[in-house]
Amino acid sequence: MIAFINVLVNGLLLGGIYAITAMGLSLQYGVARILNIAHGEFIMVGAFLTFVLHTKLGINPLFGLAVAGPALFVVGYLIQRILFKTLKDRTPTPAAFEGSSMLMAFGILFMVQSIAIFIWGTNVQGYSYLAYSVYLGDIRFSVNRLVILVISVLICLLFYLFLTRTRAGKAIRAASQDPDAAGLMGVDINKMLALCFAFGAMMAGFAGMLISMVFPIYTTMGMQYTIIAIIVVVLGGLGSIPGSLIGGFLLGIFGAIVSAKDPGLNMAAYYLLFMVLLLVKPSGLFGR
Amino acid sequence: MKKSKRIAKYIVPVVIVLVVVLMAAVPSFTDPYKVVLLRTILMFAILTLSWSLFSGTTGYTSLATAAFYGAGLYTTAYLGDKLPLPLIVVCGGIAAFVLALLMGAITLRLKGIYFSIFTLSSVELIKQILHWYEINIIGVRGHYVTRVNDVTVYYVLLVITVLLMLTIYLIKRSRYGLALSSIGSCEEAAAHIGVNVVGLKVLTYAISSFFIGMAGAIMATAMLYIDSYVAFDLNYSFFPTLMAIFGGLGNILGPLVGAAVFTYLREILITKYPYHYMLIFGTVMVLTILYLPSGLIGLAQNIWKKLTNPAPEKGLKTEGGKHADTSC
Repeated sequence: MIAFINVLVNGLLLGGIYAITAMGLSLQYGVARILNIAHGEFIMVGAFLTFVLHTKLGINPLFGLAVAGPALFVVGYLIQRILFKTLKDRTPTPAAFEGSSMLMAFGILFMVQSIAIFIWGTNVQGYSYLAYSVYLGDIRFSVNRLVILVISVLICLLFYLFLTRTRAGKAIRAASQDPDAAGLMGVDINKMLALCFAFGAMMAGFAGMLISMVFPIYTTMGMQYTIIAIIVVVLGGLGSIPGSLIGGFLLGIFGAIVSAKDPGLNMAAYYLLFMVLLLVKPSGLFGR
Repeated sequence: MKKSKRIAKYIVPVVIVLVVVLMAAVPSFTDPYKVVLLRTILMFAILTLSWSLFSGTTGYTSLATAAFYGAGLYTTAYLGDKLPLPLIVVCGGIAAFVLALLMGAITLRLKGIYFSIFTLSSVELIKQILHWYEINIIGVRGHYVTRVNDVTVYYVLLVITVLLMLTIYLIKRSRYGLALSSIGSCEEAAAHIGVNVVGLKVLTYAISSFFIGMAGAIMATAMLYIDSYVAFDLNYSFFPTLMAIFGGLGNILGPLVGAAVFTYLREILITKYPYHYMLIFGTVMVLTILYLPSGLIGLAQNIWKKLTNPAPEKGLKTEGGKHADTSC
C-alpha cells in the first residue's frame, strides 16, 4: 500500500512538470493553430539558460523565471511575426497552414538545436538544487519536485485568471473560438496570435527552468519533451489550460506506474497511450 | 504553348531513358566515392518518390517513412544469411507492405495533422519496443549484416527506382490514379461520386511503402551494423518529406530533382561544414516552405512561363501551396 502511495505521489510530482511542459504547446496549437514541433527546443534553451546562470554566475535557479521566460517570450513573438505570419499570408487554407507550419517548425527545431550544440556542446549537464527528501510518515516527497509542483500549479492558475479575467485574455479566447468574428469585433487577430505564440514560448522557458532543477539536461533533449507535451495536450483537450494541468497529472501517474513495473517501457507506453487516444478520442478527455 | 507541350511529351521519356542508361554505365567509369554518392541519391529518390506517391497525391502528410524503411532494414538483419539477395529485397518490401496495410487500416479515421503525428509516433513506438525487446528478451542489442559490394547495391537501387517510376507513371495514367487525385482535391466529393476512398488510400499507402521497404532491405547490406535506433531514425521520415516539397509535388520529376539536389547539397555541407550543417539545413527548410511552396520544378515552370509569354494576364492568381491543397 505504502509502495503504491509512493508511486502515486511520484506520479503527481512528475505530473506538475508535464503540465507546465504542455501548457505552452496547448496555447500555440489551440489558438494559433501551429503544432510547434520545436516546443521542446525552447524548453531546452530555457533549461540551459537557467543552468548557465546558476553554475557560471551562481544565481538561484528560481530566478530563471525572470530570465528564461521573458527571453523566450521575445524570441517567440519575433518568430511568429517574421516566419509564421508570412506563411499564413501565403497559404490558401487553414488546413494547408497547419501542415506547412508543422514542417516549418521542424526547420526551426533544426536551427535552434544546432545553435545550441554550437554554444553548449552535446554533453549531459546538470546541477543539484534542493535535492533532498522530506518524509510524511512513510511517504517520500523530494523537495525540488514539490517546489516545481507548487510553481507549475501557480503559473497555471495565474494564466487561467489572465485568460478569463483580463481584456487581453478574453481577446485571445475570442480569437481561438472564431478568428473572423473576433476580427470584426475589433480584436487585432495578428497581434493576438503573436502574443499566444510568445506566451507559449515563455511557458516553454518556465518548463525548461523547472526541468533543469530535477533532470539532467542536454542539447538534444527537446524532442522527448515535445512528444510528452503533445500527448498531454491531446489528453487534456486543445487550448484548455486546466485540461493541460489535469492531463499532466494523469500522464505523470500513468508514467510512474509503468516505471514502477519496467522503466525501459516508459516511453513506449506513452506512445501507445497516445496512439490509442488519437484513435478513440482525438478531441481529448476534456475537449469540446 | 501547345507545340512546346507536344515536344515535351517526346523529350521527357527520351531524356529519362538516356539518364537511366547513363546511370547504369556510371560504375564502369567513375571512382567508388561517386558510386556511393549516387547510391545515396537513389536511396533518397526512392523514399521521396514513394512518399509523394501517397502523400503528394492524397494530401495526407505521412511521417512513417522511417518505419517502412526500418522494416526493410530489419528484414535483412534477420534473413541476411538465409536467403539469396533478390528474395531478401522482396521480403523487405513485403514486410513494409504489411506494416503499411496495418497502419493504414487503423489510421483511417484520422485527418490532417492528427494523421501526421500518429504516423510520427508509430515510428517511435516501434523503435522503443524493438529496443526493449532486444535488451530484455534477446539480450543482445543490434545485428551485424553481411556486406554486399557497393556496385551491386547501386544496381539493385537503380532497378527499384526504375520499377517505382514505372509504377507511378502507370498509376497516374489509370482510372485508379484519377480516383486518387480526386481524394487529394476533395475527399468528400470523391466518396460521393463512388470512389472507394478507404480502400484506395490504404492500398496506395501499402504500395508506396513496398518500395521503401525494398530500398531499406538492400541498404542494410551496405551498413554492417543495425539496431533499432539506427533503423528507425526519424530523419528518414523528415528528409523525404522535405525533399519532395523542395523539388515540387506537381509531377514525377519534382521529387526526383528534389532528392538529387538535396542529397548532393547535404553531402557537400556535411563534408565542408560539419558543425553548421544542421543550421543550414534548417534554414533551407524554412525558406523552402516560405518562398518555394511549389518547389524547384514550380520555380522552373514559372521562369519558363515568364520567358515564353513575357506579359502574363493580370488578375490570374499564381500557382502556389500545391503540396497541401486540401480545399474543396
